[in-house]
Amino acid sequence: MNSSEGKLKSSSSELDLDRPNIEDYLPSGSSIQEPHGKLRLRDLLDISPALTEAAGAIVDDSFTRCFKSNPPEPWNWNVYLFPLWCCGVVFRYLILFPMRALVLTIGWIIFLSCFIPVHFLLKGNDNLRKKMERALVELICSFFVASWTGVVKYHGPRPSMRPKQVFVANHTSMIDFIILEQMTAFAVIMQKHPGWVGLLQSTILESVGCIWFNRSEAKDREIVTRKLREHSQGADNNPLLIFPEGTCVNNQYSVMFKKGAFELGCTVCPIAIKYNKIFVDAFWNSRKQSFTMHLLQLMTSWAVVCDVWYLEPQNLRPGETPIEFAERDIISVRAGLKKVPWDGYLKYSRPSPKHRERKQQSFAESVLRGLELEEK
Amino acid sequence: MGNTSSMLTQYDIEEVQQHCNNAFSQQEIVSLYERFCQLDRNGGGFVSGEEFLSVPEFAVNPLSQRLLTMLDGLNFKEFVAFLSAFSPRATVQQKIEFIFKVYDSDGNGKVTFNDMLDVLHDLTGQFISEQQREQVLTKVLEEAGYTKESLLVMSDFVKILGSSGLKMEVEVPVD
Repeated sequence: MNSSEGKLKSSSSELDLDRPNIEDYLPSGSSIQEPHGKLRLRDLLDISPALTEAAGAIVDDSFTRCFKSNPPEPWNWNVYLFPLWCCGVVFRYLILFPMRALVLTIGWIIFLSCFIPVHFLLKGNDNLRKKMERALVELICSFFVASWTGVVKYHGPRPSMRPKQVFVANHTSMIDFIILEQMTAFAVIMQKHPGWVGLLQSTILESVGCIWFNRSEAKDREIVTRKLREHSQGADNNPLLIFPEGTCVNNQYSVMFKKGAFELGCTVCPIAIKYNKIFVDAFWNSRKQSFTMHLLQLMTSWAVVCDVWYLEPQNLRPGETPIEFAERDIISVRAGLKKVPWDGYLKYSRPSPKHRERKQQSFAESVLRGLELEEK
Repeated sequence: MGNTSSMLTQYDIEEVQQHCNNAFSQQEIVSLYERFCQLDRNGGGFVSGEEFLSVPEFAVNPLSQRLLTMLDGLNFKEFVAFLSAFSPRATVQQKIEFIFKVYDSDGNGKVTFNDMLDVLHDLTGQFISEQQREQVLTKVLEEAGYTKESLLVMSDFVKILGSSGLKMEVEVPVD
């Protein structure tokens, strides 16, 4: 739903501020050979390190790996297993799926018949209305989870409603939000989607408190940061859930956490989500399928099995920058994800010239040094 | 069953292997094909410049634009041939030939002073002035026995680069 296959634009300098030093993570060894001592023709002509790096990136790169859906090994390849698989398909599509669709429809009917009256009739009594709407949102999320036969194991203390507290989690699909929401009615910050999802966002999610952002607008960041801060300070607001990766990643890797959630002056409570791939690959590859297709895929699979860990709340240490705070390994260690130093938004835009310039600068300096040595 | 529609046949693999002078094993060619299909998002049979630039690690490389002119529009067979210089089985001669091709942008078999200046510009960006670049290049050329007007050919490159160990290898991940 989010695919923008048009021309990639070079990212604005504002996105730079989010990044720690990527050189710290990339394999060591300068990409451009730095000549030592006297400069020779060979030193200038030998571009093999830069070429090797470029070829290495062409053959395999850590960024693309984050968004690769890895289908499970086909097991139905022989004459005994194939009929079994066929039976499974029939069962899933003709029995499970209709049952689940029915459950979901019932859920929606119950939800709407309670939500609409509550929303309009209790307009005056805000406190009670909010409480009931929260409970109803948790209810419809439970129905959603049931419609995929979601088996979710929650570990750790349930989130409590306290001010100056935000929750961060790794992001694999929009269902992350539903799975977490069935336990606790979080307020969430999301990209506004078109279609029926957008409709749900603007009606139901408004009631739990949501903040919208637009990835493609650079100025948007300041407005969003301000809204985040305001929300987190308010005592009555639902606890805020943020996905700092900014995009869906395939649950085997995690991309850089954006610092926005970590510079609000709040306690940050990490949540780790790990899906069990045996039952279904829950990664929503927004480039390959729409959210509707993704949901249908889930509803025709055996089950969605995942673990959710509510981890220990963290605070900014004295002398730590928000970027360093964001870089702490807690979620990726718990969920067994490999960390990758790229900004998730590189899915939609090109890297800033700053990285290339750093490499150019160090090579330029060594060439100049070589020149000076000769002149002495 | 989970098979992609664009599967390589054994015949295809052998043809590609022959085309790249056996620089890659059959397993590596299959891996490269998966990678090629992954990069070729719109399924056009070739990877466009945009698609290559969507790999951030490639886009930040100072030589990316130069390589793009060599990579743009290649089909899979040509793609593998392009990468064959980076195989551990490639000879030093083949690697130097590749480097020569990167310099020789007009493909006439001769590398001029300006060609070398252009590559140096890519590698150093705005951090050295054009004047200093010319100065440095002229100096090292003269020390090596060439002049500013010299046109370097393949054998010159072999002489200059061949002596010390040239490391230019990339490992193709094989499942």
